[in-house]
Amino acid sequence: MTAPAIAVSAVAKRYGAVQALGGVDLAVQRGEFFGLLGPNGAGKTTLISILAGLTRADAGTVAVMGHDVVSDYRAARLSLGVVPQELVFDPFFTVREALRMQSGYFGLARNDDWIDEILANLDLLHKADTNMRSLSGGMKRRVLVAQALVHRPPVIVLDEPTAGVDVELRQGLWTFVRKLNERGHTIVLTTHYLEEAETLCHRIAMLKAGRVVALDTTANLLQRFNTHALRVRLATPIGLDFLPGARDDGHGWVEIPFESYGEVEDILSRIRLTGGQVEEMVLGAPDLEKAFVGVMHGA
Amino acid sequence: MAPETHPLTGFKTLLYKELLRFWKVSFQTVAAPVLTAVLYLLIFSHVLDRHVTVYGNVPYTAFLVPGLVMMSVLQNAFANTSSSLIQSKITGSIVFVLLPPISYRAFYAAYVLAAIGRGLLVGVGVIVAALPFVDLPLAAPLWIAVFALAGGAILASFGIIAGIWADKFDQLAAFQNFLIMPLTMLSGVFYSIHSLPAVWQQVSHLNPFFYMIDGFRYGFFGQSDVSPWISLSVVSACFALLAGLTLNMLARGYKLRA
Ligand SMILES: Nc1ncnc2c1ncn2[C@@H]1O[C@H](COP(=O)(O)OP(=O)(O)O)[C@@H](O)[C@H]1O
Ligand SMILES: [Mg+2]
Repeated sequence: MTAPAIAVSAVAKRYGAVQALGGVDLAVQRGEFFGLLGPNGAGKTTLISILAGLTRADAGTVAVMGHDVVSDYRAARLSLGVVPQELVFDPFFTVREALRMQSGYFGLARNDDWIDEILANLDLLHKADTNMRSLSGGMKRRVLVAQALVHRPPVIVLDEPTAGVDVELRQGLWTFVRKLNERGHTIVLTTHYLEEAETLCHRIAMLKAGRVVALDTTANLLQRFNTHALRVRLATPIGLDFLPGARDDGHGWVEIPFESYGEVEDILSRIRLTGGQVEEMVLGAPDLEKAFVGVMHGA
Repeated sequence: MAPETHPLTGFKTLLYKELLRFWKVSFQTVAAPVLTAVLYLLIFSHVLDRHVTVYGNVPYTAFLVPGLVMMSVLQNAFANTSSSLIQSKITGSIVFVLLPPISYRAFYAAYVLAAIGRGLLVGVGVIVAALPFVDLPLAAPLWIAVFALAGGAILASFGIIAGIWADKFDQLAAFQNFLIMPLTMLSGVFYSIHSLPAVWQQVSHLNPFFYMIDGFRYGFFGQSDVSPWISLSVVSACFALLAGLTLNMLARGYKLRA
């Protein structure tokens, strides 16, 4: 059996009084597009740092493509590309110099063809000879992505790559990352934009206070939290106790949860039979935000 | 799909990057320290040359030059590793060298060699700038090379320790001002310790910098305050100690991979 892309087993990490990770178990299969979600301080970056060898776990083991990140760090790091959360850069270099340098660190003396391909895909070719200092935040973020890819790692981890990045870049970045995933790269993504995770990720782990509180396919998570909702505005308020779970938001709108679209007709006819008159109506698709809130509050 | 990689390439690239880092700002990292040393030379030699000779027949200015050269080598080797590390720690760009599969030994070697490179460049600069003013004999060139390399390596290692330990630039400055500067100044750069009262001679013998400079000076004049073999022993022991300490810190990932 081939080892999973990432295997995390009983990993714990403490910073002083803070238990950043309290026994995390996780496996990401090869070729997956995996989401790692959780509120600020949940431990996402800490987990990625341990994976990348930037931090050492107090307990537990982590392997990338079957290579332990401590005892077999060389093979593990060659298999892994990390886009760090912080917008870091080396002010001494141009974009191309930074990428050549990064290639060299990974043991690649001549890598210009691949560097050009990455630059083209990230729409960075025209900035290749620009100094890192004079790039905008969005451009610096793209270079960070490029730096993570110089050694063609089979596993790519992106730690909130779209935080503070404009919409256009987000779209371009996702197109590229999707393409990498289609070519067989395993992708792990942390993000605050839940819609992104929802559209991109096959499977999601939710982290809270250093523990995995949900781990399932995106579809199952959405299903599990029963997150369809019908929102209606009524001409005059009526009691809606006969509709289980209905909530009046106090501003004339009522939200009624349901599980399948077949129920909508029934809900509307019951409102009409009780004398309610629907003036406006919105159908909410299930969204990860609700699943997320559900998990975080339930856990 | 995986491209051909070579571990030695990682080391060579890191070395190249560290050399390029100071070379790109060589006005500050090479020219400025050469100028400082030359100013010391001009002022001290102007004041003292006619009044002082050392080892009986060596004019003071000639005596002073190797001291200043070694002082420059040491200070710049320290400055290179320590400032490179603290800078990349503060900007966060240290991740670029921590993410790749570079061993801690290769990491150590690259930083130390680049720092020695800068130290030697400044040292040679000081010698070249001083040549119009002094006749500098070359009694034992091998000793010159040995002490320059060993001294540079010791201070480069020390700079790695300081750069890793310090979280802010002012902590590094404290290291430089309260440790490196006094130890170099009191090491016999500007005088032969034989001109000191007995008790201060004893104190000077506890200062490792004294042996680096005294041994280095022997290479020029064939004369020194203590035998170059004694200096070599002390300097080698210092190097072994500091290299061991630095490698141990790096292997444990102290502060860098906390
Ligand atoms: N270097 C550090 N020193 C001290 N505490 C840290 C450090 N890194 C992270 N933490 C703490 O660990 C917890 C998890 O942080 P982090 O992994 O950055 O969370 P996330 O990426 O999910 O926002 C937080 O409480 C954070 O304050
Ligand atoms: Mg984070």
